[in-house]
Formats: sequence, structure tokens, C-alpha cells
Amino acid sequence: MDMNQYLEVFIDESKEHLQMCSEHLLELEKEPQNLSIVNEIFRSAHTLKGMSATMGYEDLANLTHKMENVLDAIRNQKTVLTPDIFDVIFQAVDHLEAMVMSIADGGDGKRNVQEVVAKLQRIENGESPLSSSNDDLSLPAGNPVKKQEQDSIYDEFELTVLQQSSDQGFESYEITIELRDDCLLKGARVFMVFEILEKSGEVIKTTPPVDQLEEERFDQSFKVTVVTKESAENLQKKIMKVSEIDKVIITKLDLSELRLAVTKQEEVETQSKTLISNQSSEKIVEEKKTKNGKPAGNKTIRVNIERLDTLLNLFEELVIDRGRLEQISKELDNQELHESVERMSRVTGDLQNIILNMRMVPVDTVFNRFPKMIRQLARDLNKKVNLEIVGADTELDRTVIDEIGDPLVHLLRNAMDHGIETPENRLQNGKPEEGTIFLKAYHSGNHVFIEIKDDGAGIKRNRVVTKAIGNGILTAQQADTLSDKQVYELIFASGFSTADKISDVSGRGVGLDVVKNTIESLGGSVTIDSLEGEGSTFLIQLPLTLSIISVMLVEIQNEKFAVPLTSIIETAIIKKADILHAHNQQVIDFRGKVLPLLFLKDIMEVPTVKDEDDFYSVVIVRKGDKLAGLVVDSFIGQQEIVLKSLGEYLTSAFAISGATILGDGKVALIIDCNALIM
Amino acid sequence: MIEQIEQEEMKIIVFQLKDKEYALPVNHVKAIEKILHITRVPRTVPFIKGVINLRGVIIPIIDLRIRFALDEQVYTEQTRIIIVTLDGMDAGLIVDSANDVIDIFMDTIEPQPDVVGSVADEFISGVVKLDKRLLILLNLEKVLNPEETLLSVKEG
Repeated sequence: MDMNQYLEVFIDESKEHLQMCSEHLLELEKEPQNLSIVNEIFRSAHTLKGMSATMGYEDLANLTHKMENVLDAIRNQKTVLTPDIFDVIFQAVDHLEAMVMSIADGGDGKRNVQEVVAKLQRIENGESPLSSSNDDLSLPAGNPVKKQEQDSIYDEFELTVLQQSSDQGFESYEITIELRDDCLLKGARVFMVFEILEKSGEVIKTTPPVDQLEEERFDQSFKVTVVTKESAENLQKKIMKVSEIDKVIITKLDLSELRLAVTKQEEVETQSKTLISNQSSEKIVEEKKTKNGKPAGNKTIRVNIERLDTLLNLFEELVIDRGRLEQISKELDNQELHESVERMSRVTGDLQNIILNMRMVPVDTVFNRFPKMIRQLARDLNKKVNLEIVGADTELDRTVIDEIGDPLVHLLRNAMDHGIETPENRLQNGKPEEGTIFLKAYHSGNHVFIEIKDDGAGIKRNRVVTKAIGNGILTAQQADTLSDKQVYELIFASGFSTADKISDVSGRGVGLDVVKNTIESLGGSVTIDSLEGEGSTFLIQLPLTLSIISVMLVEIQNEKFAVPLTSIIETAIIKKADILHAHNQQVIDFRGKVLPLLFLKDIMEVPTVKDEDDFYSVVIVRKGDKLAGLVVDSFIGQQEIVLKSLGEYLTSAFAISGATILGDGKVALIIDCNALIM
Repeated sequence: MIEQIEQEEMKIIVFQLKDKEYALPVNHVKAIEKILHITRVPRTVPFIKGVINLRGVIIPIIDLRIRFALDEQVYTEQTRIIIVTLDGMDAGLIVDSANDVIDIFMDTIEPQPDVVGSVADEFISGVVKLDKRLLILLNLEKVLNPEETLLSVKEG
């Protein structure tokens, strides 16, 4: 059977399932005892296994199968989750992702995964995934009793109590009490046991909780955790004195082991304390997502972006025809024609909005890979970081989404690497041990803002200035006149990124010029704000969509060109006599600044058909701080246009960033001012 | 296997360029249009006449006469733009006229003879003899070589 026709669907769905796995794993890391999450992961893994086996990707299926086995053991409580096991599962997911990517790129999805498979196998066998040195992390195999008894999880408070008691010489025991089958007054027995325990020590925790015990809502056995100075034997004897008790099993608690098991949980707790406000919004997003994810409640369909483009193209044709119809109806002055054309205009206007909205994708599709990335970075760098995401449902045009991922990764890495200090440093500076990176997206006007904020070290002005002077970007005199903000902007300068040492001097600036360029090429901008010792904020502003931009249409001889408004400072009419000459270059004096003049007619090799007059129409454009005047014949006016590429065949033409279709159906080229200004 | 392919029929579009008839497989042809307004794209190679708006899609246009180093001619009522597609790459070819759509047998395709005329050999993948007509099959990969446009842009 030819599987190629299913390949696209397979890749899409695999990616989706793997994303689900990653998300759920991160969630599970926060609440390790929540088995319903394990079930979700298991389900995704299971589907993935089935799909890849059907498609004939054996390696993929095998690895998924191994992972599934481990998940199965976890969900049946045969294996206890430890941070190591998490790491291995994450590793497995990473491998799976790489395999799917390889398939997507036309590869065979093969990959050497022996190591991770071996680790998974060991976990499955109940061994420690790392086999040696870390024996204390996993439970020794062949001791199922102990395993079962360890599965009650202690929260931070209980652990602290346990820790403090042990410091004061108390022992902690977990006591499992089994009542006889014929026990009639279960509540009374519980009461009696408690009375004994409270005489000899203190009850820290019961499973099930006390209120359920009192209402006799438990089976034949219950569990109590006590701290006491009495020996286990004595305790057992005392409890056995209570009638109708079948068995008393006492286990000594190993605190260090408990600590490890709950470290992750602890983190969540601290997080939730500090971030209550955000959790609600996150939850909403999550709920939304789960709704979308369930096939049963699925009200969306996948549409190929190319089909949407085709739809948009066809629609534009309609708009052009609409323009013609409007013209004709005006000329004919027929009331009925007037009305129907007007109605058509309204309907097409609405349609246009709908079609443009179809291209909008929630920024979550980019954000969703960050939690995993941050987790990995935090482990690599030995830092404690909490990534907080707000506004993941903010929608952006698909084309913008595709481009924005890399700059964001760059900025997040920067914040992790140079912004957030090590836990020790943070404690020294009186900050909480765990740093926070705040990733927020929101709409404002015709723009989308993405904010990346960390509560790390901030940018040190002096160091940036020193480096800038050293690099010759700045003179000492200039440095004094700059505001803090202007100084921070310097780290975007390309000179900064090329200097390797900068990372240990200012801590920032490695490749940030690339980030700035990418964002600016999307028609956006990025600004920095920072407070030394308190953290930095990068604010990215992006247009909602790339497919529609505002331009100034200009005419040169008989040809029309479009200049993006984002590049235009203003327009001016100048007299020929005012043109100055410097180094073979024609320049003008524009408010005290000398601007080079670029004659578009020459650059675009426009054939001359009309005579020039004594005045030049000049569009003042900028690229960064540099200005230039583009000389054109006349301005037509400002217009919103739909941006189009020149097609695969003509991928790039000099100083042309694309094309658009004008109201008369003709094509106008869009001038790329960045290419014109050196 | 080979036998089968040789027996297969192929639909081709026949068009005129100067005094010769050329042909393209129909599966590469998206549309045949009358001459439309062409917007010049500056600083490209001479054979790229510019771009057109074909139902909302911008398509680059190649003048085949210039591409084949034949003498240029003013566009007439007969002039057609053949919109071709190759590996997702669209382009329009300006030809003197589009003549016919015909079926040929694959086994009637012969390798190009040594002397075909003024068109550079590299653009030709074979010839078909049909009664008294001689159809020159174009090698679209060579005609639409994007490298050549890029190179020229860099030089310009």
C-alpha cells in the first residue's frame, strides 16, 4: 500500500501527540502523583506507536513502545516517578521528535536510540535508569512492600515537620494498621489507635485523611505517619493491644528519599504561591486546549495554508472586480444597480475579514515548546527557573508565527544564561532562589506585543559602555550623554555580537543583532528596559499580519511602486537648485542633516518617457538610524496592500521585497528600502 | 515495464515560436492566457519580461524568443502566455501563438537530431515527427533554471 498520501497527516499528528506528551510531562513533573496525567501521556504514546508501526517506521514504534511500557508501569504504580525517570522519558520524547522531524524532512526516521532504550528497559525492570551511583534514587528491585508503602506523598509542610522532628531526635514511622475483617466499630478502633499514638508521639499525616477515618470511609486498613521517640517494637505492641486489629506494619521513613520524591512537587507549590493570579488565565488556555484536543469535541478542521492563500487570491480578484463594478455603477447611475453593488461591497468586506482571520494562529504554537526548553536549560545551567506564560491564546498571522520562534528562543536563552543568576547568587542578593522568566503576549491596536521579562541580574550600564567604547561604537564623551535606554540599545549593535568576550562582560549581546534584524524584517521592533540587579525586559512589537501592509504608492514615469510606510519618515518636495554635491553623490540638507539622494528612476532602470520638472518629490526613508531620500516623480497616496511574493522562480530581485496587485489588476513592486541604504 | 511506458500516450501543447513548432507536456501547463499587462522587474536578466497578476497570483514571465536568442517581436493578438509549473515553481512563457493540443505516443519521441536550428540544444529534450510536422519537445528544467536569474541579479 502506498503510504505517501498519509505521510502529511502522520507527521502532523505525530507532532501533535509529541507536543501533548511534552506538555503533559511538564505538568506531571509538577504533580507527580496525578495518575490521570500519566494516562494522557500513555494514550498519546500509544496512538503514536500504532501510527508509526502502520506507517512502517519501526525505530519510532520501538522506542515509543519502550516508553509506553514505562508509562504503563508508572500508571499501575509499579514504578515510582523520580527526577531521573523524568529525564529519561524527556530524552525519549526528544529522540521521537528528532525522528519525526527526520521523516518530515524526507528521511527514514532512523536514529541511534540504544542508550535511551536501555535506560527505559532498566526502569521497566525496576532498576535505576542510571544503573550505578544513583542507587538511592530508585527503589531496590524485589522489595515491593516498601515500594507500596512509599507511595504516600508528603507536602512541603509535612516534610518540614518530619525534618525538624528528626533533627530533635524523633523518629518518623509510617504505620499501616489492618483491622480484622469482622471489625464492627471501625471508627472506634481508629480513635483508640490515635489515642495511643498521641500519647507516645505526634500524628503528622493519615491516609485516608482524618475526617474520612472518623466517618469510617476506609476499607480494612489505614496508614498513619507519626513522629515519636519510642521504638517501633513498642509502638507495635501498644497498638496491637487494641482489639479487632489484625496487623500492624511499621516502616521507618527515610527523609532524604522522601525529599527527592517531592522536590519537584515543592517547586510547584512555591510557584503556585507566587503566581496565583496567572494560574487562572493559564488554566483557561489549558482547558481550551484540551477541548480542542479531544476528537469528540473537535469543531475545527485542518486546512492547508496554501489553500487559504488560494482562497485569499481568488478573493482579491473579487475585490478588484468589485472596484470595477462600483465604478460602472457610478457611471450608469442606476438606483437598483447602486444598491446591489453596495450590498455586495459590504458582504465582500465582511468576507475579507473572515478570510484574513483564518490565517490567524494562537501564539501558543510557538510558546508551547518553551517550557521544555527552559526545563532543560535550567538543568544544564544548574539554575532554578520558573517560566510563566501569559496570553498564549493571542493570535498572530501564520507567517509571523513561523518567523518569530527563533528570535524568542534567542531571547529566552539569553535570559536564562545571563539574566537569571545561580540559586546561590540569588539567595545572597536577597532574592528567592528560583528565578522567574515571564513570557507574555497581548494585542494592542494593530499590533501584537511579546514581552520577555526576567528577574535576574539586569544589564550593567558601565560594562556595556566600556565595551562599546572599546569596540569603537561610542566615544567616551558620547557615552555620558546617553540615557540608560540608549545604552541598552547598544547591545543590539552588530559590533557587539561579533566580540566573543562580550558574554562574560556585559552578559548580553551575543547575536542579539540577529534578533533585532529578524524582528525588523517582520515590520516589528524590539526595545529593552533593565534595572541593574532587578532584571531586564525585552518588548517585541509585531504587526498583526504580514500579508497586509501600509504603503505609499509612488509613480516614476509610467510605473508605480510601493514604499512601505514603516520605512518612511516623511515626504518632501525639493527644488532642483537645493541639491548639493558631495563625493559624486547628490545630497540635500534635511533639517540640518545631510541626506544622500537616491534616484529611483536610475536604480529601477525606468525607461524615460516624460520630461522632468524643476521640483523633485522625495520620500525620506530610513534603515535603522540612517536616512536617505528617494527621488520619485510623484506621490499617489497611502494605501493598504496585500503583500505577495514574486514567486518561486524569481525569489529575489534587487531592492524589491515583493509585489502587490493594485485596484486596476496591475502588479506594483514593493521597494525594499533596507537594500537601498548601505 | 519499459514496454508499457513506450506504449503510453502523452498529451502535449503545441506552440509556435518564429518558424518552428514546440511542445510541452500538458501536465506542466496550468493555463494559456492572452497577453496581459506585464510589470517590469528591474535588474533581472533580459529574458524575464516582468511579472503579471494571474487571478491574484504574481507570476514571472519569460520571453521565450529572448531566452532562445531569437529575434524579438512585437506582441500581437496571437501572442500567448503559457503558464507552466515545475516542482511548485510557476512561470509564464511568452510564445508567438498556441496552436494545438494533441496526443502523441511516447515511442514517437526521438532524441534531438544534431541540427535542430537556432535554439540551443540544452533546452530540447527530444523531437516528435507527426506526419509532416516536426515538434520540438522543450526541456522545462533547463528553460526554467532559477540559478540563471539569481546569478544575473547578483551581477547586477
